[in-house]
Amino acid sequence: MAKVMPMNIIVPVKFVPDLVEELKINDAGLNLDPDWVRLKVNEFDEHAIEEAVLLKERGMGSVTVIALDADCAEDVLYTAAAKGVDRIIKLCGNFGEGVNSHALARLLVPVIQELQPGLILTGVQAHNDLDGPLGPLLAEFLGFPYVGYIAGVSVSDNQATLRKEFPGGLIVEMEVSLPAVLGIQAAEQPPRYVAFSKIRQAAKTTPIGEQSILDVDCSNGPVIGRMYQPESSHRAEMIQGDVNAVAEKLVEILVEAGAI
Amino acid sequence: MKQVIYVLIEHLRGQVSDISYMMLAAAHRIAEETDGSVVAVLLSHNAQELANDLFANRVLYFDHPALADFSPSAYQRVLGDLIYENKPRLVLFGDTTMGVEVAAPLSVRLGLPLVSYCRSIHTQAGALKFTSQICGGKIMAEGDLPGPTALVTMIPGSLKAEQGHSAQPPVVVWATPSSSLDDLPVRFKRYIEPNVSDVDITREPILISVGRGIQNQDNLPIAQELADALGGVICASRPVVDQGWLPTTRLVGKSGKRVKPKIYLALGISGATEHVEAIADSETIIAINTDPEAPIFNLAKYGATVDLFDLIPVLTENVKLAKQAVKV
Amino acid sequence: MPIRETFWNIPHWAEIAQYCLGFLTICVFTYGVFRRVRTWRQGQPEFRKDRLGSRLVSVLVHGIGQIRLTQDIYAGVMHLAIFWGMAALFMGTVLATVDWDVTRLMMNFQFLKDGLYVVYELVLDIFGVVLLAGLGMAAYRRYIIRPVRLKNNPGSGLSLDDMYAIVMLVLIAITGYLVEGLRIAVIRPDWSGWSPAGKLLAAVFTAWGDPTNRGLHMTIWTTHMSISFIFIASIPFTKLFHIITVPTNIFFRSLKPAGELAPARSEPATGVKAWRDFTWKQILDFEACTRCGRCQDSCPAFASGLSLSPRNIMIKLQASLWKRGDGPALHEDVIKAEELWACTTCRACVQVCPAFIDQLSTIIDMRRYLVNEGQMDNLLQKALSNLARYGNSFGQSDRLRARWAQSLQPKIKDARKEPVDYLWFVGDYASYHASLTPITMKTAEVFQRAGLDFGILFEGERNAGNDLRRVGEEGLFEMIVEKNVTALSKCKYNAIVTTDPHTYSTLKNEYTTRLDDPRPVLHYTELLDQLITSGQIKLGKKLDYKVTYHDPCYLGRYNNVYDAPRRLILATGCQLVEMPRNRDRALCCGAGGGRIWMEEVGIKERSSEVRIREAAQLDEVQVFVVACPKDATMFKDAVKTSGFEHRLVVKDLIELIHEAL
Repeated sequence: MAKVMPMNIIVPVKFVPDLVEELKINDAGLNLDPDWVRLKVNEFDEHAIEEAVLLKERGMGSVTVIALDADCAEDVLYTAAAKGVDRIIKLCGNFGEGVNSHALARLLVPVIQELQPGLILTGVQAHNDLDGPLGPLLAEFLGFPYVGYIAGVSVSDNQATLRKEFPGGLIVEMEVSLPAVLGIQAAEQPPRYVAFSKIRQAAKTTPIGEQSILDVDCSNGPVIGRMYQPESSHRAEMIQGDVNAVAEKLVEILVEAGAI
Repeated sequence: MKQVIYVLIEHLRGQVSDISYMMLAAAHRIAEETDGSVVAVLLSHNAQELANDLFANRVLYFDHPALADFSPSAYQRVLGDLIYENKPRLVLFGDTTMGVEVAAPLSVRLGLPLVSYCRSIHTQAGALKFTSQICGGKIMAEGDLPGPTALVTMIPGSLKAEQGHSAQPPVVVWATPSSSLDDLPVRFKRYIEPNVSDVDITREPILISVGRGIQNQDNLPIAQELADALGGVICASRPVVDQGWLPTTRLVGKSGKRVKPKIYLALGISGATEHVEAIADSETIIAINTDPEAPIFNLAKYGATVDLFDLIPVLTENVKLAKQAVKV
Repeated sequence: MPIRETFWNIPHWAEIAQYCLGFLTICVFTYGVFRRVRTWRQGQPEFRKDRLGSRLVSVLVHGIGQIRLTQDIYAGVMHLAIFWGMAALFMGTVLATVDWDVTRLMMNFQFLKDGLYVVYELVLDIFGVVLLAGLGMAAYRRYIIRPVRLKNNPGSGLSLDDMYAIVMLVLIAITGYLVEGLRIAVIRPDWSGWSPAGKLLAAVFTAWGDPTNRGLHMTIWTTHMSISFIFIASIPFTKLFHIITVPTNIFFRSLKPAGELAPARSEPATGVKAWRDFTWKQILDFEACTRCGRCQDSCPAFASGLSLSPRNIMIKLQASLWKRGDGPALHEDVIKAEELWACTTCRACVQVCPAFIDQLSTIIDMRRYLVNEGQMDNLLQKALSNLARYGNSFGQSDRLRARWAQSLQPKIKDARKEPVDYLWFVGDYASYHASLTPITMKTAEVFQRAGLDFGILFEGERNAGNDLRRVGEEGLFEMIVEKNVTALSKCKYNAIVTTDPHTYSTLKNEYTTRLDDPRPVLHYTELLDQLITSGQIKLGKKLDYKVTYHDPCYLGRYNNVYDAPRRLILATGCQLVEMPRNRDRALCCGAGGGRIWMEEVGIKERSSEVRIREAAQLDEVQVFVVACPKDATMFKDAVKTSGFEHRLVVKDLIELIHEAL
């Protein structure tokens, strides 16, 4: 096997509204009501962190996780440190009206360039990416290639071999020259569990590098004219009664449809 | 001058994807409202026949060996030059494993606005507006699509793929890429097939689908019995396949298969958007879920909130009896 | 004149030899004990020097009295026979030594003479027979009946160890009688009637004649002496060592309440990886185990076909102590993760163990290691993540915790905002589980009709943490307890009442040291029992169901609340029929210890189904009464899956009260 120079693996993570909570629109009707929003780390970014740590455990290099300052930022960063991430960085500043994917990508560029990255992993998408996912935008700002929907990475020399997922279970093997940005769909194993006391330990021993951000530039993202919750115009015909009544009615429906 | 709408046609191993047809249908709607024209952009090698049923005013067909299989780098170069040279009003991409990594880098490279998760585009007072569905389908966002050129990645909306098929073959114009397609940073290597020895659920008329509500791998046999009684096939939503209780060939959803059965019986499935968009073409959807607020009831034709573990054995019995009665 | 003539027919050199060998025996014995104690002391520290008086009483009641052993009548009688038989014969030897080597040698008199002597002889003869009877019972059980719980792994050497104990004791007893018989045959003393067994044997030997008998006597005396010394010397190296380890283990048992678990010993809570990470007391537990298997018989996980057997865990860990160097890797090589995860923490094993071994603390300590390494199934991982983020295992928002209470009129008081008499800590399952919230609402109605001044914490409540701790997530337990304690500290209340026994147990036993002003914690059955007895609640209707009652593990075994629920059942007018395994013998439903959060893999028959089957055997019993929300879900499911829907209905005790009001 070709010898691999230890490289810097960077994982920028994004926080998104937790969909378990009820979402409400603000009075202006232009955005989510912040009082009701609880942020959590994007699920695919957790896979990106897991994949990065797996690469580190194979001797590929060291991992740095970067996040914007938010309520949940410290929890997420310390959890990453407890999983084995070497360095954790928080970007602080005035986020103004909001940070879309384009703006986030622009903020990350100088921070990441300074770290001299060999590989950047980020979640393939987030559910609030109205202006596209972070990965490909960041890649283009950095001048790196991007491939998304990745479910397996192996690195040798200056390139990586990737397993890219297509619908229906089809995998396409691709090759990309490094440095590159990858959009992770699934890590090679589910994100590992970290015991709470380990996270508390990391909080005591791992410093968070704080960096100040420049201005937030959201251009090339759409301007929202209206935000609302969809009304369900349609509602299923609910079959009432106990299990026997329901089963009878269902058989009727199936016979009518020609299934029986 | 006519406003041009480009639609990037996605295809995989000789098959044009449904989202491509949906986008063509959507593009035509816009073209009618704005007196525009729809240009399908097809990148491939020795595959002109893929253009045969594309519903477009014109097909721009780029033929090059480097385009034989999908590579984001190659597609970006071709599209990038095309958009830069022609400045269309809109470029539509699928919000998919192919479309996103072509569209998003171009947004930066060409400094053009990008809108994702777009469900539909319409005109209002002469301006083009997008409607996107974000946050797992819980939130709708609307806004302007600014000119001169806007890039949009689209998810399935209310239009059907059939509406993007054309009875007549369209006009096909051969084109050559302006930039070289050598030294691509992202290169295609090979396909790795999934386990093909399994049934193809996209061809089955009766599907019994299990979701998180099935709770346990040990409960699958009960559902299988019902499927056997009905002459149908078991499939599942993401949580079940993620646990490994069923293979990925049975996955129904955005990252799995799109199905169009006669009967889709959803057991213990809540109805997340990624799943629901893949079953929207089913003839009759019946949903069983103890939560009356489950989003699946907004799509299903029939529903019931009984416990699926109570229902399945009784239903299996009733189906068997009914089948016997029909035979007699 | 009857007197003990020790060393009759024994030449002087043999007498000397005996004392030399005796001395050697004591050296070997002492070395053996020293070696074992040295191993124990390599374990982590644990404080067990408090309340020495109570500890001594424990040893007397349980070590000498052996109450737990006699729950199994056959085994109890058998062991008591062996125990008292040996005790008597041992005392006999001690007295003989004192009589011969102390009083005779140094003070010129013997006390084993005349009346005392003959009584002494009689007692010993009788107890010798008792001993042999006990050994006969033991051999019969072990080799003819062959109960499952005594089965050992072939090739482990354990069966040999078991056999050694029986065989040695039999040989000692028999050679002892033979020596006595031969002596009596030769001497023919007048008082031989006081040694009936000896006299009987003598009758046989008389026919052989004198010089033969003398010769035989010397030979068998030597044999008896040798075997006895080997026996004593081998005690620290065989199963026989339990005669020392068991009373010691009983002495050092935990005197804390059952519901108070020892906290993790390191920060972060790494649990037990190697054998030296166990405390000396846990190591003593392994060494005190006699492989009786009562724990295995009462284990619900074992009963459902899983690979967990508390007995096997103790055996395997004991064996690991004596391997070379640092020993084998405990996790995976010795104990598999699936064994540790199978435990429901029901405490039946701890409760039933005659040696007072705490198998549970070992299992939980090893779980702490698994949690620290992240080795658990996906469902458990999800549940723990949900608990950390939302304070409940369902993954539903903490804002929805009190949604069940929204439709109630009058509105329930908010204990965070106003003082209340009773603070009702509702619990996860009662708050979020769709089929249990109706019972929660009925509970609220009962409290209201009883005129109680009560309130709840609404969104301020989190999972109380009992099962988090027992699953091994000590850090998350600490975090969630902190949140609850902060919420409770801001409230004014006189007592806490809960409907969930898991919540009850941890609030009562693990929160009091963390609260500035701890108040009494009651389970609703205790509270309602008090109120009905005092007359504050009157039950208007008499229900005439025939019911059986399932004791929840965390209410019964953990906290000894058995009678209050029973009084309540009778107060409603129902007729109570007990299942064979009731009170502290109740069979766990299988949900505890985080099991309800885990995948069900490898189960042949759920313990909840076994329990329903047990209840269905009781003719005419229609209602299966529970007092725990997890019991309610588990048994409702079990009734369906085992096909008893038309035979039994599962009801929470509060539903009966609600009906009877």
